[in-house]
Amino acid sequence: MNSIEVKNLTKKFGNFTSVDNISFNVKQAEIFGFLGANGAGKSTTIKMLCGILEPTLGDAIVEGQSVAKNPDRVKQNIGYMSQRFSLYNDLAVGENLDFFGGVYGLSNQKLNERKKWVLKIANLEGKENLLTGSLPGGIKQRLALGAAVIHQPGIVFLDEPTSGVDPISRRNFWELINELSSEGTTVFVTTHYLEEAEFCNNIIFIDDGKLIAEGNPKTLKTKYLDKPILEVECSSVIEALVILEKSPFVDETSIFGNNIHIIVNEKYVEEKQITALLEKQNNITVKKISKIVPTLEDVFIHLLEMDKKK
Amino acid sequence: MKTILHIIKKEFLQFKRDPKMFSITLFAPILQLIFFGYAATLDLNLVPTIIYDQDKTVTSRKLIEEFIGSGFFEIEHYADNYKETQKYIEEGKSLVAIVIPQNFEKRIYRRETASLQAIFNGSFGNSSNIAAGYVTKVVTKYSRQIVSNYLDISGRKFIPAGSIDAEIRVWYNPELKTRNFMVPAIVGLLISVITLLLTTLAIVKEKEVGTLEQLIVTPIKPIQLIIGKLVPFVILGFISVSIVIIAMNIIFGIAVRGNVFFLFFSAFLYILSTLGLGLFVSTISKTQQQAMMISVFAVLMPMNFLSGFAFPLENMPIPIQMLSYIIPLKYFINITRGVILKGTGLAVHWPDALALLTIGLVILFLSALRFKKRLE
Ligand SMILES: Nc1ncnc2c1ncn2[C@@H]1O[C@H](COP(=O)(O)OP(=O)(O)OP(=O)(O)O)[C@@H](O)[C@H]1O
Ligand SMILES: [Mg+2]
Repeated sequence: MNSIEVKNLTKKFGNFTSVDNISFNVKQAEIFGFLGANGAGKSTTIKMLCGILEPTLGDAIVEGQSVAKNPDRVKQNIGYMSQRFSLYNDLAVGENLDFFGGVYGLSNQKLNERKKWVLKIANLEGKENLLTGSLPGGIKQRLALGAAVIHQPGIVFLDEPTSGVDPISRRNFWELINELSSEGTTVFVTTHYLEEAEFCNNIIFIDDGKLIAEGNPKTLKTKYLDKPILEVECSSVIEALVILEKSPFVDETSIFGNNIHIIVNEKYVEEKQITALLEKQNNITVKKISKIVPTLEDVFIHLLEMDKKK
Repeated sequence: MKTILHIIKKEFLQFKRDPKMFSITLFAPILQLIFFGYAATLDLNLVPTIIYDQDKTVTSRKLIEEFIGSGFFEIEHYADNYKETQKYIEEGKSLVAIVIPQNFEKRIYRRETASLQAIFNGSFGNSSNIAAGYVTKVVTKYSRQIVSNYLDISGRKFIPAGSIDAEIRVWYNPELKTRNFMVPAIVGLLISVITLLLTTLAIVKEKEVGTLEQLIVTPIKPIQLIIGKLVPFVILGFISVSIVIIAMNIIFGIAVRGNVFFLFFSAFLYILSTLGLGLFVSTISKTQQQAMMISVFAVLMPMNFLSGFAFPLENMPIPIQMLSYIIPLKYFINITRGVILKGTGLAVHWPDALALLTIGLVILFLSALRFKKRLE
């Protein structure tokens, strides 16, 4: 069963097309990754799916309701955590939960039950009188997620929920996302961190408002990147990059930390080609060259390059 | 309905935690009251005047011409009876009534002292004081003229001639204190500041922080959000008015002569306008700072200026006087001055109340419409 069905969704601001005719489906209870660079149109798409921004063209069925025709109905069935922190910093933890639970019309009994649950997942049991603004970032994010699903919606939209949060908190947050999904909630999440995308069941990637790739992480890596990819570890990384970019057997280059990733073509035969190239002309020392399984980041950089060439 | 209550409760909880807001409502009113109460002074050019000439003789007419020729007075009306005179003063249409009694001419010719009444509406404080000075000036001059005329005609010296004595009476504010005139108007000013500024800030803050977006995703309807946001500030407005009224009594010894309930009822009618304006400002500002600047410089200051709060409108150009008719604060200040100083009520102020209701509903309706559109 599909939780979301998007058909030809388009949003224009004046002459500028922010979301350009995208279509995709999201299955019930899956973790769906929505990726794209800054300004690609992620937030705009999410706002349309939540019924708070009217599509210019096209439609989406969210939990059985049309966002174009019935935005108010859509709102009852979804949870949303915006890119900015969305709770009241000047209210206590418990007051925030009372407010959002109340607004969604939870009965007192239900509210108490759900509050307990949220406090548990946010590690805030017995601390509901703390001022929300005084909490550390990671805890705040989990509390915000808890508040967003306090009414147990079928789907929750998370717009860059882990930006600006430390790695350990991010890991904890993703555990929570997994938990929600295993309980049957569809999780629609955007992120900048491509290693996080590996945790998703399915992913779509947009650039300049257009959908440029979709699939699960495994198929994305094989479907869109069929050439070998090598990791080169050497000194003077920048100089080496410039040299490699110009060599006939290299299609694409990119920097990963202190290493260089290169996508090679048919003209490439063996490692010696690279070592010779780098060490002959310059005083670069090559430490290690290895063939690697591509990461999602490799795939997306490749896709972006392809998109630009077009 | 329940949703609205949740919003109201949330609003009060936030208010409680914000010391800035707290002091705006509780302490600012008292400080302003003291500041304005002590600092207020006024000036006046043309005195709106009503004349009741009971004598109707050459001498009395000449005296009236003296008044007109002096350049201080503008004759609004010539009354036929005392009641009419009284009405003009009560309603503040005229600042002074000149009553020339019967036998005025006769007494002067009989070389007796003829008396003249100048009745003031003392609620205009300093203005009345100044106007009283003008009256004395004109009368003294005319009196001297009569004497010298008489000398010319008879050619004799040292003939005792009649003179005029201006008997000055002041109604409503016998001590002629500007303060008594200003303080009731401050009630109007304060309620504007509190309801308008706090409403705008509370909405724009949510916009700035990003929680407004979160609210829009919930099933809260725009109208519920508007009501939930506005009601707390109506209540806070009433609290500050109460504080000011009590402070007014304790600090300056000015008590409310009229019906306090009518005063609060009028305040409610007035608040419809200020809340509407607050809502409007929130739709055109992105940050709290911007909202503050727009509220103070584009709304509150012009509104004060045009309401006749500090400067009498009579001295302003006609277009500005016309504009003042759509300024709700003008009507509300009429009411506060009337109810507090004179003890007048609905019978006198119903046109003011009606104007407030109409202007308030129009502003609130248009602003709510715009706010709703902005949310979508
Ligand atoms: N209300 C608006 N009016 C005009 N342009 C807009 C509006 N909202 C968004 N845009 C434009 O649409 C494009 C997509 O914006 P969007 O916020 O959806 O990007 P995003 O993928 O969420 O980026 P980020 O990763 O920075 O959050 C941007 O170029 C943005 O400037
Ligand atoms: Mg975004």
